[in-house]
Amino acid sequence: MTITQLLFWILSILTLFSALMVITSKNPVYSVLWLIVTFFTISGHYILLNAQFLAVVNIIVYAGAIMVLFLFVIMLMNLNKDTEPQKNKWLKLAGAVAGGCLLLVMVAALRNTEKQMAELVTGDIGLIQNLGQVLFKDYVVPFEISSILFLSAMVGAVILGKKDEHSPVENEIRKVEATQEAMNI
Amino acid sequence: MPVNYYIFLSIALFVIGIIGVLTRRNAIIIFMCIELMLNAVNLLLVAFSKVHHLAGAAANATEGSDGQLFVFFIMVVAAAEVAVGLSIIVMLFRNTHSVDINFLNRLKH
Repeated sequence: MTITQLLFWILSILTLFSALMVITSKNPVYSVLWLIVTFFTISGHYILLNAQFLAVVNIIVYAGAIMVLFLFVIMLMNLNKDTEPQKNKWLKLAGAVAGGCLLLVMVAALRNTEKQMAELVTGDIGLIQNLGQVLFKDYVVPFEISSILFLSAMVGAVILGKKDEHSPVENEIRKVEATQEAMNI
Repeated sequence: MPVNYYIFLSIALFVIGIIGVLTRRNAIIIFMCIELMLNAVNLLLVAFSKVHHLAGAAANATEGSDGQLFVFFIMVVAAAEVAVGLSIIVMLFRNTHSVDINFLNRLKH
């Protein structure tokens, strides 16, 4: 067993273990931290596949930006305690059985695929230079459209996350002003 | 490394995400499980892109880079999705003072 194969197995076991911990942790903050571990191991897989650009982007975007956003939301809403109430055990079991059935079916369907090799540490399509060439030659239009998507997502997030303008105090002030105006007239 | 191993690893990750979505009630954790499923797909796309690169590198030097660009675009869409989804969850929390998805039916008030 070569060193790359050993790394593959270690990373795979770590990935699956941390993914399982994500869904079994009671505390949402622990779930987020385990999910960050999962993203780091997936980045390790990308490096093993010589896709350095995606590995770096995965760490920056997922582990850096998205997970921090999750942590902010959890901390701001003060959810970092075991809030999930005890619920139906059968429901949990049914979910696990349904997922297991899907796993069984997919593994059984893909068990006898032909053995093709994925090249591990060689190949240079994952480098920024080559990906950038393809991205800005063949995929310019999707790239620009994604910027519009980002803009609309930003506007949507701001509109959705904005506090309601009519807070109770403001309503009171408005009511008082209205009565004052009415009395003046 | 045979691509089958990557297929099975990705299936396992995806199924873990599905089990999380089915069994958890916390909306934020369900959201994180969706991210987990997206990452399983990303990993498989990268593995397949390396397979195609190995098969067709002689004819075309950038053979297989499409798969990695798809992963890039999936990450872009996921970032936008997280921004909107988390603001929806914050709005849900303001309305119901909980992120339990059983209370989602109260959003109409």
